[in-house]
Amino acid sequence: MTFTWTFTPLGEAALLAEAVTADHEAANRAALAAAAALEAGRPPGFIAATPAIASLLVCFDPLVAGHAAMTAIVRALLEDPPPLREQGRVVTIPVTYGGEAGPDLEEVAAILGITPAEVVAAHTSGPFRVMMIGFAPGFPYIGPLPPRLRVPRRATPRATVPPGSVALAAGLTGIYPARLPGGWHVIGRTALRLFDAAAEPPALLAPGDLVQFVADA
Amino acid sequence: MLDVLASGPLLTVQDLGRTAARRYGVPASGAMDRFALVAANRLVGNPPDAAALEITAGGAELVLSAPALVAVTGADLGARCNDRHLPLWTAVRVGRGERIRFTGRSGEWGARAYLAVTGGIAVPIALGSRATDLAGGFGGLAGRALPPGDRLPIGPPPPLAELAPGRYWPPELRPPYGSRPTLRLLPGPHVGGFGPEALELLTTRIWRVGATSNRMGYRLEGPPLAALRPFDLPSLGVVPGVIQVPPDGAPILLMADAQTTGGYPVIGTVIGADLPLAAQLLPGDALRLTLATLEEALAAHRALVAMLNQPLDADEGDLLAAMAGWW
Repeated sequence: MTFTWTFTPLGEAALLAEAVTADHEAANRAALAAAAALEAGRPPGFIAATPAIASLLVCFDPLVAGHAAMTAIVRALLEDPPPLREQGRVVTIPVTYGGEAGPDLEEVAAILGITPAEVVAAHTSGPFRVMMIGFAPGFPYIGPLPPRLRVPRRATPRATVPPGSVALAAGLTGIYPARLPGGWHVIGRTALRLFDAAAEPPALLAPGDLVQFVADA
Repeated sequence: MLDVLASGPLLTVQDLGRTAARRYGVPASGAMDRFALVAANRLVGNPPDAAALEITAGGAELVLSAPALVAVTGADLGARCNDRHLPLWTAVRVGRGERIRFTGRSGEWGARAYLAVTGGIAVPIALGSRATDLAGGFGGLAGRALPPGDRLPIGPPPPLAELAPGRYWPPELRPPYGSRPTLRLLPGPHVGGFGPEALELLTTRIWRVGATSNRMGYRLEGPPLAALRPFDLPSLGVVPGVIQVPPDGAPILLMADAQTTGGYPVIGTVIGADLPLAAQLLPGDALRLTLATLEEALAAHRALVAMLNQPLDADEGDLLAAMAGWW
């Protein structure tokens, strides 16, 4: 481990560990491994773990586990992560790129200085890893993407983006599980359902999954 | 059955929420004022996490199709039963066909009242909770706020429930509700990116809850909080109580329906013991923020749980055992 973690209370019942590194991929792998170990081991007082791009949030009952004790447990897991039992799962996501399904494909190509076909080729070159679920139920943050696909967020977010929209921003790709406001560039759409509260599990994707995008013929 | 005759601005089914579903990106949801919800449930003999109605600002009207023991806690929203005043924080027997209605905030403070019925609101459990997730469209009844005409099933009374009309929750065992509350906060992970004057402004000025506030969060109106330089944060986990500061400098206090992750810097987190006070604010209401230590936050948490665990009657030992770790 060549980087450190900072720990800050988010109130008396949660602590946030943030990696001090630009290597988000390494930090994310450690956060996922630590979250999986916490979910499996359920130390006294543990309630929930939220791994994110380069951080880990742990919610706990402060009447059972003190902040210092929980921080010590989380720090040990992050600094010497247990082997991550990656599900090894590759999930194929069929995407209709461009046109009405992907209104920003041309703009993304222009920003990157490549053709729309080259954007699609790069996006389907994967697989890419699900780094976290957040923003909305079942919304996957997938990446990091290769540099040739890195675009910033849209200058003006859209009020609504249709469900299944496949989008790019901040070096990541994501899929909107529902009709939501969106600041990412939408390059395509999938017909797969990303979130269903009645299903078990409710989210199609989990952190650690590998996503292979495939262009619809 | 509990029939909805009128809804007011927002009427929802809520319990203590679904923390365990955070891993799927699902907000906790649940009662904004968890203290008032648990108190209402205890008064009517329910387990602390039973589902009840959250009435917002008033305007709601409900009628029971069978006599039941009910309790209304939280804000004084002018609760009436037919033409009688309905005492708050008290277990009351309400007859079939009697109308429970809320005329609106009466007094200086208050946003949300909780109506618990013995047996609880028996809507289906979704992802471990009966709470309504308004953004996700699941939980509660059909995943939405309750319009007039909705019929809510009531569960069977819990076994061994002590059903005692007149049971009362005294003011000294409630959070210090009032107008312009002072909410205590712990410094957040990104406070260093703002410089001392931002924290000074945050903890000395009077803030107002903005018009666009809702169950996800409150926009706080006051002087803008300037970052020393623009933040570029990867998305990170957040919880209710977190105060985020977007680039426009207007802080957002996250509440019960907040998303599980966010990309804005976190300047501080309101302590759990003061979230019931925050839950009783409506747009336009004023509040203050003040710094606390982790030790103070823990002491306040313990004190709140002790108030909730205070025996109201001599024979509630079994219920107390069932409440361990509810908060």
